[in-house]
Amino acid sequence: MPNPTTWDNRADRVVPPSGYTARLTQFTAGAMAFLTVFALALSLATGRLADRWSSELARSATVRISAPVEQMGIQSDAALKVLLATPGVSSARILSKAEQQSLLAPWFGPDLPLDALPIPALIEVVETSDGVDTAGLRLRLQAEAPGAVLDDHTRWRQPLVKAADRLRFLGVVAIVLIAAATASMITLAANSALAANGQVIQVLRLVGALDTFIARAFVRRFTLRAFWGALVGTILGVTAILALPGASTEGGFLTGLGFQGLHWLWPVLIPPLAGIVAFVATRVAAFKALKGIT
Amino acid sequence: MIQLADVSYGYGDADLFSGVSLDLQPGSFYFLTGPSGSGKTTLLKLCYMDLLATSGKTTFFGKDAREMERNDIAHARRRIGVVHQDCRFLDHLSMSDNVSLPLEVAGKPRDTENLAELLGWVGLSSRAHAHPPELSGGERQRAALARAVITAPDVIVADEPTGNVDWEMSERLLSLLVELNKMGKTVLIATHDLNLIRAAKAQVAVRVLRIRDRKVQEAGADL
Repeated sequence: MPNPTTWDNRADRVVPPSGYTARLTQFTAGAMAFLTVFALALSLATGRLADRWSSELARSATVRISAPVEQMGIQSDAALKVLLATPGVSSARILSKAEQQSLLAPWFGPDLPLDALPIPALIEVVETSDGVDTAGLRLRLQAEAPGAVLDDHTRWRQPLVKAADRLRFLGVVAIVLIAAATASMITLAANSALAANGQVIQVLRLVGALDTFIARAFVRRFTLRAFWGALVGTILGVTAILALPGASTEGGFLTGLGFQGLHWLWPVLIPPLAGIVAFVATRVAAFKALKGIT
Repeated sequence: MIQLADVSYGYGDADLFSGVSLDLQPGSFYFLTGPSGSGKTTLLKLCYMDLLATSGKTTFFGKDAREMERNDIAHARRRIGVVHQDCRFLDHLSMSDNVSLPLEVAGKPRDTENLAELLGWVGLSSRAHAHPPELSGGERQRAALARAVITAPDVIVADEPTGNVDWEMSERLLSLLVELNKMGKTVLIATHDLNLIRAAKAQVAVRVLRIRDRKVQEAGADL
């Protein structure tokens, strides 16, 4: 029984080296890997965003008290009392003047005179995982503190979560399309190499070469080219991602475009996956082409 | 080993042969003669499955050619050493690599001593590292013969193997085929060279087949 490694090398050697298909395959795999890194980063970042918006914000709500100045304290206390007595509310607290000032600072600056402005009081509500019966809570708030308005963030959160989910889906679609485009390009390059080596294949068949032996030479070559090309593309893509500004609250989504924790393993998978795509594409192309040669 | 039963083959509408039957027996030595264009090369191609008969039955080592899978054909070809008229090689490999190609595709180890001896026998020792485009027509024919016999196949099919070599080399190549025949190998040679046939007849029992009127006939003792 021959050593499989030696056998592979033998099969590889019987096909002449081809210059431009090699470069084409490597370039394609590299470019596609680079794009895949970005598609992955986009998909993972939007995934994180969607998760955060749907889980963290879903468990919070705000009660806004709009009332005359003399009523503000009474209604705030009444609303807080109702909230703390409501099943599903984990905690509720009135935001301090300083906290309100910091919330408004991005729009009005740090020196906003809160006492001189009719700013509503805000109560931050944190829900338990069971959630709150918002309809019932609204009725009770209306009865006890008529100036209280419950905002459970649903109105703006749901479209954002939906948009983030769509972006994540589009990222996955982009990755699938990139893989399909890579397979198509490699199939074209493999077909070109097979056609250019028609006479070589005929000679090999006439001396008794099996289709698997002939195909192996092409498959091995294209698989390795795709792997190395994708490795270079992935390294460049990851470098570009690392060069992006770090995640910050001010930058929002765009500066959070990258990989976190175990997600760094995803780019590592790109070169082997590119190799697998090339393996399958070349194998299918080779066996199809060999069928036409006796 | 190889049987053609009532076989026909044609290009376009015209039949080149019809009703041809041939049974290559183990250990026998055949010459195939006939005028140019009579179909000698085509008949040989039918004998190594480069072509499939349009009608009739072709059997290789007990298997019907029409029922053979691609892998079966490849395995059958490993038992048939072929010297093609156009001596096709892999131009990017050296002559020694080309000659040992049947060993490589069969996954067999290359015996460098045997290879050197074989190349010496066909007079190509000094050309072992040359590439096919660098060789003359005669050298290519000798290399093709070496490639055909390197695995000691059961059947050797040669299309004008001495067409471009001098008489001395022809005799040398013939003696190689005769030795293989004495080892039990079947040999089928298409040739115009009557001297080669006579030289072979002096060494082994030879059957001469002649293509005439789209049929294969056994030639008489006149050859």
